Amino acid sequence: MKILTGNDLKSGAVTWWAGSYWSLHVEDAVDVGEGGEAILAREMGARRVNAAYVIDAVSTAEGPRPAHIKDRIRALGPTVRLDLSLKPADPQVGAWVI
Amino acid sequence: MYQYDKYDQALVDARVADFRDQVARRIAGEISEDQFKPLRLMNGLYLQLHAYMLRVAIPYGTLNSTQMHMLAHIARKYDRDYAHFTTRQNIQYNWIKLEDAPDILADLASVEMHAIQTSGNCIRNISSDQFAGAAADEVTDPRPWAEFLRQWSTFHPEFSYLPRKFKIAVIASKEDRAAMRLHDIGLELVKKDGVLGARVFVGGGMGRTPMIAPEINPFVTADDLLSYLEACLRVYNRYGRRDNIYKARIKILIHEIGADAYRAQVEEEFKHVKTLGIDPPAAEFERIASYFAPPAFKSAPDDGLDLSDSTFAAWVKQNTFAHKQPGYIGVTISLKPIDGIPGDASSAQIDVMAELAKQYSFDELRVTHAQNIVLPHVAKRDLKAVYDVLAANGLGTANLDQITDIIACPGLDYCSLANARSIPVAQKIAQRFADAERQADIGELKLKISGCINACGHHHAGHIGILGVDRKGVENYQLTLGGSGAEDASIGKITGPGFDEDGIVDAVERAVEKYLSVRTDGERFLDTYRRVGMEPFKEAVYG
Repeated sequence: MKILTGNDLKSGAVTWWAGSYWSLHVEDAVDVGEGGEAILAREMGARRVNAAYVIDAVSTAEGPRPAHIKDRIRALGPTVRLDLSLKPADPQVGAWVI
Repeated sequence: MYQYDKYDQALVDARVADFRDQVARRIAGEISEDQFKPLRLMNGLYLQLHAYMLRVAIPYGTLNSTQMHMLAHIARKYDRDYAHFTTRQNIQYNWIKLEDAPDILADLASVEMHAIQTSGNCIRNISSDQFAGAAADEVTDPRPWAEFLRQWSTFHPEFSYLPRKFKIAVIASKEDRAAMRLHDIGLELVKKDGVLGARVFVGGGMGRTPMIAPEINPFVTADDLLSYLEACLRVYNRYGRRDNIYKARIKILIHEIGADAYRAQVEEEFKHVKTLGIDPPAAEFERIASYFAPPAFKSAPDDGLDLSDSTFAAWVKQNTFAHKQPGYIGVTISLKPIDGIPGDASSAQIDVMAELAKQYSFDELRVTHAQNIVLPHVAKRDLKAVYDVLAANGLGTANLDQITDIIACPGLDYCSLANARSIPVAQKIAQRFADAERQADIGELKLKISGCINACGHHHAGHIGILGVDRKGVENYQLTLGGSGAEDASIGKITGPGFDEDGIVDAVERAVEKYLSVRTDGERFLDTYRRVGMEPFKEAVYG
């Protein structure tokens, strides 16, 4: 599957295209198929997101898992500061990245 | 230390006002990201993996306690309660919001700080010896020269759009503690027949094409130095390649045309520049130098220290340096606790270091290129009190220049350019070698890790270097041996095929064990490597 990610203009936070809005949670990301570039052009033109791009992801029971480690780190936060991640209470969250 | 005059302050305040307007226009949608990006980069604001990252300049790594407290305040108010000291003697904040950036710059300006020229193809922060003004072996204090160059290079209209970024280091000791020859220009201040001048090295650097800077001129008098540097930059600006970002640094130019040809061009340009009268009058230099007058040291008997506390004794042995003033000593605070993140400090720790500087070190701190902090002037009688506070706040690690005093870039945990994570590798190596006796037995061993070929972690200059690469989407780590950023500068050589994250830790350990088995008395790891060569280490590593 293909999903979209970028950074929120004002906060810089990593965001994921959820079909009609940008979510902070990769689980909300939707498969954009071949339509990613058109969505990016529209959304970046609307200045809702910065530096957005299309990535490959794998569909899992928990939601999309980005194919590349860089995007998994973006989805979670620094692997060396899991206390700052989006899921600080989840002991398995580091394994999801690696 | 230097204090802004009305011109310095006006420049910085005006830049804050400009950027506040630019940010407002960007958020309002009046300018695009393509238009805005160069503006934010000029103010040190990058977009990294998780958020905006702000890089704040710390000129030649020198701070007072008020500035240090402000750095803590920014981390606490605008970031996530910590910050990262860098190999450029700067500080970075990892979680900055665009809408907060103007307020942060205003806060910085209130204590004579800024983020100007911490990005872009301009002359970056001037770096220097962290022991400047305190070291027993310096011929003069390099900080007035570093400040002088800061003023010259700030908003220099001719050098704001160079072919590529440009880094200058200034030292004044034979011992190079600033990796001077791995800069675009390295200056070693020297005296010749009582006259102050500089050895000028040009064309060093790390990155994807590491080079040791050749000596371009063995002695440029202080009176001519600014004109000479202007000529060096002009020749680069004229002939440096702008067609290929990977070949745009001055080291490539000098490599391609040769040091002799470059030197000849500089000499020719210098004759012209010297007629322009840009070297300052002596009075102006003296004005700047007066800010760096030695502090009011109190004469004190140079008594020995009470080293009956073995933990304190180990720290004194490892983390202090000889001071030029009897009765005083210099302290390096390690930001490399075994389970920590190299170069990171919490807001509370930054405040603690600021208070110690205020109380015990004439209000001065320094940031080192090895990502540690220095209290340059501590009275020996106060040393135990300083140590006790440091130790109580997680800052008492006694490992300076040992294998766990690892330089590591932020790597793939934070950096959008990185190919692999650096910090977890540093942590695993530190854990493997945590035993203090083992570290002491190994002795000086500088281990440096970069998460990509840009080499922010100085891996080329590590006695042991590690480079993280992306191998078909998987992190892989190459091992290099034999690098040095010191006065015996050298570029490390790659051992062979790379390793995974656990494999690289094992490989480092095998290299260290080989060193221990073949070293002779007094040899450091680097000395042994240079004596026996790569092969024994290669056999040990790949078995």
